[in-house]
Amino acid sequence: MMRILLVEDDVEVARFVKKGLQEAGHTVEHASNGRDGLFLAASESFDMLVLDRMLPGGVDGVRLVETLRQQGNRSPVLFLSALSAVDERVKGLKAGGDDYLVKPFAFAELLARVEALGRRPSSEAPVTKLKVADLELDLLSRTVTRSGRKIDVQPREFRLLEHLMRHAGQVVTRTMLLEKVWDYHFDPQTNVIDVHVSRLRQKLDKGFDKPLIHTVRNAGYMIRAEG
Amino acid sequence: MSDAPRLPGLRPTPPRLLQSAGFRFALLFIAIYSVAASFLVAVLWWATAGALDRQTIASIRTDASTLVERFRESGTPGLVEAIEERLALDAQNETIYLLVAADGRRLAGNLRDWPTAIGEDGTWFRTRIQHDGGVAEARVHRRDLPGLRLLVGRDESERVQLRLLLTEGVAWSLGAVLIFAGLGAALIRRALQARMRPAVATALGIAGGDLSHRVPLSGQGDEFDRLGATMNDMLDRIASLMAGLRGVSDAIAHDLRTPIARARAKLEESLNTAAGEAELRAAMEEGIADLDNISRVFQALLRIAEAEAGARRAAFAPLDLPEVLRDAAEFYEAMAEAHEQRLETDLPEHLAHVVGDRDLLLQAVANLLDNAIKFTPPGGVIRLEARDTGARIEVAVSDSGPGLPPQDRAQALDRFYRADSSRHLPGSGLGLSLVRAVAQLHGGEAVLLDAMPGADPPGLRVVISLAKL
Repeated sequence: MMRILLVEDDVEVARFVKKGLQEAGHTVEHASNGRDGLFLAASESFDMLVLDRMLPGGVDGVRLVETLRQQGNRSPVLFLSALSAVDERVKGLKAGGDDYLVKPFAFAELLARVEALGRRPSSEAPVTKLKVADLELDLLSRTVTRSGRKIDVQPREFRLLEHLMRHAGQVVTRTMLLEKVWDYHFDPQTNVIDVHVSRLRQKLDKGFDKPLIHTVRNAGYMIRAEG
Repeated sequence: MSDAPRLPGLRPTPPRLLQSAGFRFALLFIAIYSVAASFLVAVLWWATAGALDRQTIASIRTDASTLVERFRESGTPGLVEAIEERLALDAQNETIYLLVAADGRRLAGNLRDWPTAIGEDGTWFRTRIQHDGGVAEARVHRRDLPGLRLLVGRDESERVQLRLLLTEGVAWSLGAVLIFAGLGAALIRRALQARMRPAVATALGIAGGDLSHRVPLSGQGDEFDRLGATMNDMLDRIASLMAGLRGVSDAIAHDLRTPIARARAKLEESLNTAAGEAELRAAMEEGIADLDNISRVFQALLRIAEAEAGARRAAFAPLDLPEVLRDAAEFYEAMAEAHEQRLETDLPEHLAHVVGDRDLLLQAVANLLDNAIKFTPPGGVIRLEARDTGARIEVAVSDSGPGLPPQDRAQALDRFYRADSSRHLPGSGLGLSLVRAVAQLHGGEAVLLDAMPGADPPGLRVVISLAKL
């Protein structure tokens, strides 16, 4: 459960996002302009911030984040924006944002990103091994084993699996994979990601009863222990 | 008020005289012309009237020195004698001498009285004196000797006359100079205005809303022609941007409204006729999927517009093209395999660096690979190549699909073109149009060719050329 600050001026979008996040078990505070948002963010403590990029009240999303970062506030920030140009995304991330989601978006996409950001490992200690059930991924030797049996994966498949395992138990959307694993910031017309995931899935599940990578309907993928 | 805002579409009033560039050029012309003329006159004056003056002064000075010398040699009588000798020899009566004793008594010379306005020893004067039966203009020099005062001078009446004549001449010619300068200035101003008129007329026509006007060129290849040609280039660019904008609005009108209308109809219908919750739910899910598609098309249109407007050149950076292409090939290879196709690559280890936008180039190549995979039957081959042609870098994607008849190729690069045979396949029909926009943004072009000329099917080969660093 996270305490989330939502700064969004559009009443409908704000209501929809707030309701969805609350249903997912989070506490949500809402401000409808930049000034109030900044005041709340500076005076209370939040696990993460969801900000509209363009806000009324003189303080827009970028200004808000810049101000917070100057004050040493390191809470993760997710931008929501109707500005889709790549330059705008870069601007938002440069200002101190951690992720950028273009409107219109599916709520599942927003939720997946919020949870991925909010549950980033708090300890800075480097992880050398990731484990999900009997699947092990060794980041040093760059090998994958399941129940001790070695599985051959290509470098990109390794990164794909690593990303899924770092977010084990969380939904990872196709767009997130595209951005984080391939660094592609556009929408391929066909779902190439599905092909890559099903390839990886075949390699992992071959000879085992329990599938590890699960498809989450209308959202994306999730790796977790129990089927 | 001169700074009151002009209403758009109004014919601008001709500039007031002082604001007119033509007038300012003309003034400058007059100024330069006058300075040159004045300089000429000054030199002339110095060489004529000035020379005469200098000559007079030199002669007086020499005369005075000789007389002083004479006085030193043979005293007052010698001096008196010398003066009288000189006066006797002076037929034109030009010289002036006066020698007086300390008590004011005249000892020699042709002046009756010591002039009143004469100062100290060694000084020069111009004065009017009674001489030669009348009043004359004279230049005199005073030298004091022990117990004596000496004046040596020259009657300058004739020189004054000459100077007057000269002044008159100069005045006339300066007047003529001013008249010519004014005429020249007026001509320059007229010529300037005449040469500017076509550009002004064109600009007015365009301000009036008709973009088809172009500046007529005189063909002389001068500065005005260059200005006109530059204006025309600019207008062509604006016209093509406007056409692009119109294209976007047409596309939005047609290809966004249609799916919106479809989605709306479906939702409305299910609202009216759905038998139960399950059916309603299904209809809503479909509606959301339709909306997602619409926003995808919208996003693609915005990307194309961004590329076409050249707005992204700011994000250009040198990039390693083979690396980018290898990534794209790897990304699509899995998909080709799923379609039972083979994706081959022929990429050099290194290529000259291209300055570009990684995201856009990647998306263009992805669109091509995506298309190729979509249209190539199972068992087919798709090739991604890149090479340096010397002048350009070429990236090509070929497939063994049905290809595209030559008459459809130009259209295929336009927005929302979809071959009739592909209506059932997913896609916005914007893929190739983005490819072209991206190629043009990178100083190149996109060309469609047969992948295997003569074969059946010929396959399609799309070549994007990119300008080198």
